[in-house]
Amino acid sequence: MEYESEFDISPGPLVRPFAIAKGRTRPGRYDLDMITLVVALAPADRPGLMPEYAEILEAAQRPQSVAEVAAAVNLPMAVVKVLLSDLIERGDMIFRSPPARTTQRPDPKLLQAVLDGIRNL
Amino acid sequence: MAFATSDPQVGSPALEQSAVKILIAGGFGVGKTTMVGSVSEIAPLRTEELLTDAGVAVDDLTGVATKTTTTVALDFGKITISPQIVLYLFGTPGQERFWFMWDELAAGALGAVVLADTRRLDSSFAAIDFFEHRQVPFIVGVNCFDDAPRYPVEAVRDALDLDPDVPAVLCDARDRESSKAVLATLLEHLIDLGTAARA
Repeated sequence: MEYESEFDISPGPLVRPFAIAKGRTRPGRYDLDMITLVVALAPADRPGLMPEYAEILEAAQRPQSVAEVAAAVNLPMAVVKVLLSDLIERGDMIFRSPPARTTQRPDPKLLQAVLDGIRNL
Repeated sequence: MAFATSDPQVGSPALEQSAVKILIAGGFGVGKTTMVGSVSEIAPLRTEELLTDAGVAVDDLTGVATKTTTTVALDFGKITISPQIVLYLFGTPGQERFWFMWDELAAGALGAVVLADTRRLDSSFAAIDFFEHRQVPFIVGVNCFDDAPRYPVEAVRDALDLDPDVPAVLCDARDRESSKAVLATLLEHLIDLGTAARA
């Protein structure tokens, strides 16, 4: 039967990440975006730390986006956001959201800075 | 520290940088990841998102809404603009019907580059429609593949039925300077739009 073979081949890529995040798919009380920057405040080699948390702390010893952390630990971003929220809540990480917009359009000074940065590459 | 804040809702002021993003969109094989890679300071990374399409189908017997979860991969790169700003470039996933339901991808983007291939212009229609509907400002980059016929940019504009104020430029996604020029054109367009809106 086709169903059986499908399960045989791929039992886990979706199940395991959700198991790590204890079934949670909402990032909790932090509004983490794919480009929210995070940085570890704690070392990754603390005894007793769940391996996924340790890997995230290791990946974010310097500021990284949520997307970069997810790529580094090879987990979907939805799962990584849950784990990051846990680490932020415990004070092991801090985060910085993308610049807030007061209007529908981005700040002209921000746009000019990005343009200058691209030209100077 | 132009963008620093101590608002606890947005995180810590101790982290001096904040991030912005630009999307590189277009049909399959049009050169999105190539362009990301030609300007990124890191080799393009790949990450996955789980998209949940909730409540589309309702089971007749139980009345329980079914959810389908799809894994969508995207490639991205990074450019450090200044000590305060880092720019991420996200190549939209090839599976268009999925990234169109990915709200977070478009939300907050400064703007987008829609890459077009003159051999398959129709593969870029969907991305153009998407950004028009979401009111994400965009420009069109016509990626000049070696073996593709060359057309004047005006002909491509007409074929794509672009609004007169949407810039379109020829480019080579493999070339760093060319890709930089495309991004600069987008930023100039975004600045012009802001100026026009305030006038």
